[in-house]
Amino acid sequence: MRHSSFKQMPLLLRFIVKQDRIRTPIWLIGLVLFTLLVPIAFADLYPEQAERDLMAETMKNPAMTAMVGPGDLAHYTIGAMTAHQMLLLTAVVVGFMNIFLVIRHTRTDEEEGRMELIRSLPVGRLAAIGAILIYMLFVNVVLAGLTGAGLYALQIESMGLQGSFLYGVALGAVGMVFATLATLFAQLTESARAATGLSIAILLTFYLMRAIGDVSMETLSYISPLRWLTDVKAYAGNDWQPIAWLLILAGILGAIAAYLHAIRDLEAGFFPSRPGRKHATTFLENPIGLALRLQRTGWIAWAVGMLLIGLSYGSVLGDLESFFSGNEMLEQILPEHAGYSLTEQFISMLMMVMSLIAAIPPLMAVLRLYGEEKKDRVAQLMNRPISRKYLLGSYVLLAIMNGWVMLSLSIIGLWSAGITVTAGGLEFWSMYGAAMVYYPAIIAMIGLAVFLIGFIPGGNIIVWLYLFYSFFVLYLGGLFQFPEWLGKLTPFGYIPQLPMDQMEWLPMIALLGIALFLMVAGFQGYRRRDLQSH
Amino acid sequence: MMSVLEMKQVTKRFGNFQALKGLDIQMGEGEVYGFIGPNGAGKSTAIRMMLGLIKATSGTIKVFGKDAWSQSVAIHERVAYVPGDVSLWPNLTGGEVIDLFSKLRGNDSRQRRQELLDRFALDPSKKCRTYSKGNRQKVALVAAFASNADFFILDEPTSGLDPLMEQVFQSCVQDAKQAGKSVLLSSHILSEVERLCDRVGIIREGEIIETGTLQELRHLTRTNLLVETKQPLDDLSALSGVHDVHTEGNGLQFQVDTEELEKVMSHISKHGILRLESAPPTLEDLFMRHYEQAGGED
Repeated sequence: MRHSSFKQMPLLLRFIVKQDRIRTPIWLIGLVLFTLLVPIAFADLYPEQAERDLMAETMKNPAMTAMVGPGDLAHYTIGAMTAHQMLLLTAVVVGFMNIFLVIRHTRTDEEEGRMELIRSLPVGRLAAIGAILIYMLFVNVVLAGLTGAGLYALQIESMGLQGSFLYGVALGAVGMVFATLATLFAQLTESARAATGLSIAILLTFYLMRAIGDVSMETLSYISPLRWLTDVKAYAGNDWQPIAWLLILAGILGAIAAYLHAIRDLEAGFFPSRPGRKHATTFLENPIGLALRLQRTGWIAWAVGMLLIGLSYGSVLGDLESFFSGNEMLEQILPEHAGYSLTEQFISMLMMVMSLIAAIPPLMAVLRLYGEEKKDRVAQLMNRPISRKYLLGSYVLLAIMNGWVMLSLSIIGLWSAGITVTAGGLEFWSMYGAAMVYYPAIIAMIGLAVFLIGFIPGGNIIVWLYLFYSFFVLYLGGLFQFPEWLGKLTPFGYIPQLPMDQMEWLPMIALLGIALFLMVAGFQGYRRRDLQSH
Repeated sequence: MMSVLEMKQVTKRFGNFQALKGLDIQMGEGEVYGFIGPNGAGKSTAIRMMLGLIKATSGTIKVFGKDAWSQSVAIHERVAYVPGDVSLWPNLTGGEVIDLFSKLRGNDSRQRRQELLDRFALDPSKKCRTYSKGNRQKVALVAAFASNADFFILDEPTSGLDPLMEQVFQSCVQDAKQAGKSVLLSSHILSEVERLCDRVGIIREGEIIETGTLQELRHLTRTNLLVETKQPLDDLSALSGVHDVHTEGNGLQFQVDTEELEKVMSHISKHGILRLESAPPTLEDLFMRHYEQAGGED
C-alpha cells in the first residue's frame, strides 16, 4: 500500500476525537463506573465466603450458564463472582458501543455524502478508515486501562493486579473485534442501518451460540469470540492466550475491511441491492400501510429475535429440572413458593425478562413517528388530507399490535423448545397467560412514548432510560437486594408473577387506565404543537 | 495547451446497468467547460470518476496527466470540488467545516476565505444543522474558491442559490477563469452555462452526443425567424430545412436549419419582406432538441 493512501490520517483522527469529545467519554465513564460498582456491591452483600458459596450454588444451573457464561464456581471469590456475572454482559455493551461509534464515522458519513467531500480533497483512500480504527484502538485501550486500574484500585483481596488488567484488556480486545466487524459490514452494505443491524445481529448470534454451546455443545461455543472472552478466567487462573486470539481476529477483520475499502467505489457496497416495486400496492396507500411498510424489516428482525430468545431459554428448561431435583440448598433459598416446581418459578422470572425485551420493538414502532417528523417526512404527509390524530393513531395501533406479536412469539418459542426437553407439565395456555399479564405494562410504556411525542418531542431517551431502569431494578434488583419500593416505580413491578402469585386484575386495569390517559393527553399535545424539522 | 482532463472511451457498469458507454471528454488548461444533460444521463457518475471516487469499468481517465483512480491524492491537491447536494456535519459550524476542508487541503488563503464569506453573505458561526440547502452549498463554494486549486469541478453547484447568489457564483467562476484556472461546470441552468462556458458537452444516456464551442454548436442548429411578407408565404413548410411553422399575429414564426438559411432567405425575399426578426438558438433550444430525441426513443 502506498504511503499516500493514508495521507491526512492524523488530521481525520483529530477530527473524530473532536466530534466525539462528549459521546465517547460518556460511554467510557458509564462502562467503567458500572464495572466498578459491581464488586463493591458484591463485597458489601456477600462478605463471607460461605455466602458466596451459597451464591455459587444458585449459579450452578444451565440457565445462568446460558445467560452469563461459565465461571469458577468452586472458588467463588468476589473477583471470580464479578468476572463470572459481569464480564460477558459488559462485553456485549462494549460491543454495542464499538458498533455504534464505528458505523457513525464510516457508513453514516458515506451515506450522508460527507465522505464524498472529504475524499475529493487530497486525502488518502484509506485515511478515514485508518483514522476510525486507530480511534477505536485508542478508545478500547483507554477502556482496558481504566477498567483494569479501577478494579485493582478497589483493593479487594481476590482482585489482583494481573486479574484486574486481564479483565480490562479482555473487554478492550472484544471491543476491537466488534469495532473491526462493524468496519467490515460498513464496507459490505450500502446503508448505515443495514451495517448496524447486521453487526448487532452477529453480536447476538455470537452470544446465543455460546449460550447454547456452554450448556450443551462445547464445539459451538468455541466458534464464538464471546466464549474466548470468558475463557480468560479473570481472577480465576488468568489465561492471556484468548486475548491473542481476539486481537488476531480483530486484525484479520480490520485488514479485510481496509482491503475492500481500497478497491470499492465510494457509496457502493458488496451486497447487491434489489430493484424495488414500480408502483405502490393498495396496501401502502394509507398511513397505517405506509407506517407498517417502513417498519417491515424491523418487525421481521425482531420477530425472529424474540422467537430465538424464547427458543434458547426454552431449550435449557430440561437441564434445569434435572439439576434442581434433589438440590436441598436451592430448595432452602426458594421456600416461599412451595407447591410450584422450580422450573415454574424460573419461568415466571423469564416472563418478566422477555416482556421487558418485548417492550423494545413496540416502543421503537411508535417513536419512529418522531424520527420521521425530524426528517421532514411527516410534513410531506401532513399537507395531504390526513389528520394528525389519524397519523399518530396509526403508529399507536401498530405499536400495540407489535407488542402483542413480540410477546406471543417469545412464549411460542419458549414453549415449543420447552416441551421437547422437559418431561411434560408445560401447559401452553397457562404459560401464555403468565406472559400476557405483562402486556398492560408494555401498553403503559407505549402510553408514555405517545405522551412524549405529544409534549416533549425529542424526549425519546426518557422512555428508553425508564425501560432500562425497569430492567435494572427488576432483573438485577434481586441480585443486589434492592429495596422493594424501587421496583414499584415501574409498571412491570406491579405485574403478578403467574402461576405463583394470585392473579390480580386491579393492576391490569390501573395500567391500562394510565396508558389510556397518557395516550389521550399525548394526542392532544401532538395536535397542538408545531411540527419539528431537522 | 496542456490537457487538464482527458477521458477516453470510459465505461461504467453498476450491476446490470450501463451508466457510461464510452465517454470522451477533453479539457485544456484555462478552459471553462459546460457539462449538460438530462437527469440520469451520467454527469455525476462521470464527475465522481474524475475524482477517483468510483472506478471506471474500462477506458482511461487522466487529470493533469495522472491516473484519476490510482493517483487521486496527488490530483486532489490541485482540484476543488463542489457537489450539488452538500451534506455537512450537523453539529459543526459552517466556519469549522471550511477550516477543516482548508486544513485537509493544506494551502488555502485566510484572506480569501473572509472575502468569500462576505460575498456569499454566509454566517460561519451557525451550526450546519440550521443551514438551508443554499447555505450548505455556500459553505462548499467558499471552501472551494478559497483554495488555490487549478481545476474546479462543480456539479450543479447553484441548484439551491437565489438569483443574487447565482450572480456572485458566476463572478467567482469568471475570476477563476481570469486567473487561468480550469472549470468543469455541470448545470441545469443553461443561461449560466451559456454565459460562463467556452465549450459545452452534451451527455445523453452515458455518451457525449455533442461537443464544441457555443458558436460551433449553434452552427449545427436552427435559427428562430419571425417574418411578415407582402405576399403570403404558403409554400414555406415545403422547403427543406424549415421546421415548426406557425402563425404569429400577421406573420409566421419558424425555425431554419443553419445550413439551409441562405436558400430559405432568398425564397422569402421574393415575397417582399415587411418585417424580419431573427434570434440565435439558445442553448435551451439545442438541449431540448437532443432531449426530445431522447424522449422519442423511449
